[in-house]
Amino acid sequence: MSAADLPAKSKGIRDTSLDDASLHRWLTSTWETKRGIIGALSAVDHKVIARRYLITAFVFLCLGGLNAVTMRLQLSGPERGLIGPDLYNQLFAVHGMTMMFLFAVPIVQATGIYLVPLMVGTRNIAFPRLNAFSYWIYLSGGLFLWVSFLLDMGPDIGWFAYVPLSGPEFSPGKRADVWAQTITYTEVSSLAVAVATIVTIFKQRAPGMSLNRMPLYVWAMLVTSFVVVFAMPAVMIASTFLILDRLVGTQIFNPAEGGDALLFQHLFWFFGHPEVYIIFLPATGMVSAIIVTFARRPAFGYLALVLSVIAVGILSFGLWVHHMFATGIAKVGASFFTASSMLIAIPNGLQIFCWVATLWGGRPKIGTPLLFVLGFFFIFVAGGLTGVMLASVPLDLQVHDTYFVVAHFHYVLIGGSVFPLMGAAYYWYPKLTGRMMSERMGRWHFWLAFIGFNAAFFPMHILGLWGMPRRVYTYPVDLGWGNINLFITGGALVLFFSFVLFTINLVWSARRGEPAGDNPWDAGTLEWATSSPPPSYNFARIPVVTHLEPLWAARAELPVAAGLRVDARELVISTVAEGHPDIREKSAAPSIWPLFAAIAVGATFLWSIFTPWAVVWGAPPIAIALIGWFWPKGEPEDE
Amino acid sequence: MRQRQAIDLSDLPTYGMGSRSPTWWGTLGFMALEGTGFVLAAGAYLYLAYINPAFPLSAPVPNHWPGTIVTLLLLASAVPNHMLRRWANDCDMPKVRIGLVVMSIFGILPLIVRWFEFPALNIWWDSNAYGSMLWVLLGLHTTHLITDVGDTIVLTALMFTRHGYSGRRFGDVDDNVFYWDFVVITWLPIYFLIYWLPRFS
Repeated sequence: MSAADLPAKSKGIRDTSLDDASLHRWLTSTWETKRGIIGALSAVDHKVIARRYLITAFVFLCLGGLNAVTMRLQLSGPERGLIGPDLYNQLFAVHGMTMMFLFAVPIVQATGIYLVPLMVGTRNIAFPRLNAFSYWIYLSGGLFLWVSFLLDMGPDIGWFAYVPLSGPEFSPGKRADVWAQTITYTEVSSLAVAVATIVTIFKQRAPGMSLNRMPLYVWAMLVTSFVVVFAMPAVMIASTFLILDRLVGTQIFNPAEGGDALLFQHLFWFFGHPEVYIIFLPATGMVSAIIVTFARRPAFGYLALVLSVIAVGILSFGLWVHHMFATGIAKVGASFFTASSMLIAIPNGLQIFCWVATLWGGRPKIGTPLLFVLGFFFIFVAGGLTGVMLASVPLDLQVHDTYFVVAHFHYVLIGGSVFPLMGAAYYWYPKLTGRMMSERMGRWHFWLAFIGFNAAFFPMHILGLWGMPRRVYTYPVDLGWGNINLFITGGALVLFFSFVLFTINLVWSARRGEPAGDNPWDAGTLEWATSSPPPSYNFARIPVVTHLEPLWAARAELPVAAGLRVDARELVISTVAEGHPDIREKSAAPSIWPLFAAIAVGATFLWSIFTPWAVVWGAPPIAIALIGWFWPKGEPEDE
Repeated sequence: MRQRQAIDLSDLPTYGMGSRSPTWWGTLGFMALEGTGFVLAAGAYLYLAYINPAFPLSAPVPNHWPGTIVTLLLLASAVPNHMLRRWANDCDMPKVRIGLVVMSIFGILPLIVRWFEFPALNIWWDSNAYGSMLWVLLGLHTTHLITDVGDTIVLTALMFTRHGYSGRRFGDVDDNVFYWDFVVITWLPIYFLIYWLPRFS
């Protein structure tokens, strides 16, 4: 129905006296994203934005995967001439950047954008226009990197872009600037999402959802968002300093003029190590959600799991120098960072034990989501063990810059994040689409991914111990690395094929999957209290939470709150700790201005790789777009 | 799933000030991330000072007077800023309008003096790493100053229109006061690092 069909004198209509059908009509009219191109470009619904993020990040996963397959084909035998060193340098740099900045971080944040508001029982994310803005900036950053790469202007300095290699002397041209500004785009976007996520969790929880009734996934996203807030400024500072050195001649990283190259590494890894946990912590939340549902019992050691997640978040800031053991730092520093690197294994290990205990004490049913979680256990623990090995300075120095390290971090990142993410995809796909994914294809996907992954990455440990260095585009015949590299390439192809199967499953199930219903897994958290897919307003009436697993506690009927306006986008704002309802506040209406703001900001970033004046000339359009964004338009939400 | 109405929220207010408001938390979040940027930039400066035995690298020390005047102006602005907070909390429109005009002026004045701060550094950004860091620190704070002054001016204009008569707009004024405090407080360590650390080195 359109707003014109609504009765006159509609201001201030409450849901209290409305029957279900009228309530649905009112809420749909108020909350739905308008049809048409302008409507789509103005969307602020967290689910719409999250879907865009998820699809875009998945496309970048495929592109990053193609980078990897191309590299593996080149390395499948000694002295292959498929690609030369220059393209190879771009391939591994763009692969790393794509996977870290355009896939891993955005996809875990996007999952949070979709799920957190549903799990905490609210109708939209906090600052929905900021959230929409973040997507456009992210998309611009991704396109910027990939168009540059296709124009042979892709960064060729690794995802870390160490100076002096990336500095003005050794990287003329624009490739290093593309690295620096891709960072700016993606980190602005991530930081915006992090702030919106924190505020959603702190202030928009359903009545009664005190901190000790918050789902573990929401805890994980809260801690992750804090890590983003305190880690990502470091890489923005690093990339800004780099671009200043390159563009206007500052001397920050130039040792000849009092600067220091290692300063860049410190700034980069102060971000870079927490980055691993930005990717991993949401995955722990996904694992907790899946295990609890599939074990059919509440989590064993809820408090221990929450404290572990917080501890990991804090400790993640005390490890960065272990990436710099080979730079000749002082022994006392090396010892400290060895100890702290081993320390973080404790809360991580604690989580694993809690999950195992939950499964042990439950009645687990094996489904594809749980299979991926079990795969995660195996792979992540193996990656964690090599991590503890690498924390030891003598071993680290021995295998530094070899394939041992490549094996380690792929075990941690793919095992620790991608496997849980795949489990999460099977687990929450029914909520997003209303249909189940094919279990049969899911099991094939799991086994192919598990076997392919281990075949591709386990032998890299051995190659590394044999001395094969990272980032080489080929190797001589007489080193005898040919057969093992061919085997690795075979594994990589199997892994790649498993993702092709996953893609087929996604598309096939969207049309042919079994209808899911509201709660196909009989889970206990609030996202399953609404229809699949959820309506634009998420919940017809806001749930009232009395238990950690609200849907298990209220199987007969769900307690809900009434009294909200239905003719304006009204939300319940609650107190931070107890989750007491405190304010009825309006959520921002759709607006095209976040898109305009993103265009103005994105154009300024792009232009600034050519001239510093871009910042000056870009400021007025940005200011105009922001004024348009914030200036009230007389909508009910502005009252 | 069947539902049972357990509570009625009709009587809740439609806006709240300070930490009751989500915008306050959002502002705090941005302060945290921008503050982290400041801390890291300051850390980079101190790191370079630490590894260079002869900091400030044979450059003349900066003339501190423009920076000191900015500091005094910013500190003085705290008084009307906090009066504005009280008026915003009382939803007293005439006083809020006066307070915002005063705060716009208190924003523009340090920006004018700031213009004279850059040459008073007595070194260019490309001379050496010390000069680079001075310009970076001053530039970083100037960006915040410009942004917040722009925000204050737009908010002032808004409060002179019919849109100003809303609890949320008074909440916006409250948040603007909050952010200005951040701009003032972050300046103090930067002022020390730029103008006084080279004198003590």
